[in-house]
Amino acid sequence: MVQLTVEEQARRDGRDGPAAALAMRVVTEAARMLGAERLVAIESAHIDGCLYHGDSGTLFAEQLVAGHGRVRVPTTLNVGALDLLHADRARLAPHPATMARRLMQAYLDLDCRPTWTCAPYQAGHRPSVGTHVAWGESNAVAFCNSVLGARSERYGDYLDICAALAARAPDIGLHRDANRCATVLVDCSGLDPRLVAEDAFYPVLGAWLGATAGSRIVAIDGLPAGLSDDRLKALCAAAASTGAVGLFHIIGVTPEAPDVATAFAGVPPAQTIRLTGALLRAARDRLSTTTRGQDAVIDAIAIGSPHLSVDEFQRLLGLLRGRKSRLPFYACTGRHTLDRLQALDLMDAVTAANITVVADTCVVVTPILPAGGGVLLTNSGKFAHYTRPNTGYDVVYGSLSDVAETAATGRLVRDEALWQ
Amino acid sequence: MSVVARAEVVQPGAARGRALKIATLSFWGGVDAPSGRLLDPAVAHCGEALAGRILLVAEPRGSSSSSAVMLELLHNGHAPAAVVLGRVDAILGLGIVVAREMGWPTIPLYALPADEHDRIADGTELDIDESGAIRVL
Repeated sequence: MVQLTVEEQARRDGRDGPAAALAMRVVTEAARMLGAERLVAIESAHIDGCLYHGDSGTLFAEQLVAGHGRVRVPTTLNVGALDLLHADRARLAPHPATMARRLMQAYLDLDCRPTWTCAPYQAGHRPSVGTHVAWGESNAVAFCNSVLGARSERYGDYLDICAALAARAPDIGLHRDANRCATVLVDCSGLDPRLVAEDAFYPVLGAWLGATAGSRIVAIDGLPAGLSDDRLKALCAAAASTGAVGLFHIIGVTPEAPDVATAFAGVPPAQTIRLTGALLRAARDRLSTTTRGQDAVIDAIAIGSPHLSVDEFQRLLGLLRGRKSRLPFYACTGRHTLDRLQALDLMDAVTAANITVVADTCVVVTPILPAGGGVLLTNSGKFAHYTRPNTGYDVVYGSLSDVAETAATGRLVRDEALWQ
Repeated sequence: MSVVARAEVVQPGAARGRALKIATLSFWGGVDAPSGRLLDPAVAHCGEALAGRILLVAEPRGSSSSSAVMLELLHNGHAPAAVVLGRVDAILGLGIVVAREMGWPTIPLYALPADEHDRIADGTELDIDESGAIRVL
């Protein structure tokens, strides 16, 4: 039985309008199914429901608009099915394109911010440690819980926007202290420090974590302090796509794990796993879906899942050293990054390198890659996981350096030395 | 007509239809929303339509977009007659809750422990009443 406060009952009973009442009924019903005893007040939301999956989602969002719906907490939007800045990027048929555009507009009418990004935490949306929020999009949920220390369950379509309109979420799962403690310790101290110093290590660590953790909370020990947001982003995205990871800790790095004892709430780990280069090599190999290895012919390159930061664009341009891509090259990002690239006068260099910028959406959620399929090279663990089921392309996983060299030469270049 | 199992009622209703049993399924990626057909070649019954069937999934996999697929099936008329899952899954349930709020037809959702799915043979005609009692016809 879910106990509502007087305030929550008033909202459910229509005091704040029909959409707020509908949202409160949906959140309460979700809480009942999940076995929650109460709701928790939230301070922000990130919405994944703005991606078109069919007309029903558009009609639902428009119903909320018609019921005078307005989000009650600061709310950012994940990607849609269209690049609103570059009209010809997504090749949707007229009807889905119209409905996808109506869906995106309805979420703006609900007062959500037009961020259209899967990296809202790099677009200024960073709730503080210990605050309750309702976020959708698996990589963002993992980053929000693990790196920011804010508290969110994995909110799916329609519960996310209902939570934002009701300003409440079910008090279950990762909202509660007891469910945030680590039970499994992963010891990285035996890994080659040169590997741990590479960007390409982090998506692979995430892919291994996602395949290993199950529903358990893992604490990783033995990584260097001061990990960049981009490395943590890649780790979160890979862990959340290859598995159902919503929270992990890194000892000495993430806010709820200043030391092992704190991360485990004083209880000894139920299991300790000593991570080896061989385990990571196997995880890396699983990210590629073609067995042709170094002989694979690459038909296209895509990076930017999660969306690229300015730093990542700068590193890519540095590695290209003025060379142009000889292959179709897609770089997915958000408006927050494009604005800064323009301010830094870097957009001309990106265009000159033959890089196609995709904003507001990405290449695995809407048809953008060249028709006909083939083999895609990516440095993203998340793209590696979703590319084949969503686009039909096979995948080769490589580092950002591999991506730059392959782009510049037009044939696959992969530095294997790192993984020997 | 004897009761073979008693399921927990997650979303209310009664249903009648032929059992369609699947060991594990995510609606997102596993079901084609426009047609309501099973998509995953690794899953039994791939290519079959869900409409009119009582879908039993012992181990539901929870992609958070599965509620969108359920809502779309309820809106376009390709939803199964009922769904029986090995455990309570609020994500699929949410698609049903939202459909009810929209005034669209809904289906019942039940939870039945995975080991009790063995009592029901694939393809048998089933009747499930509003208390969750499952009978073989």
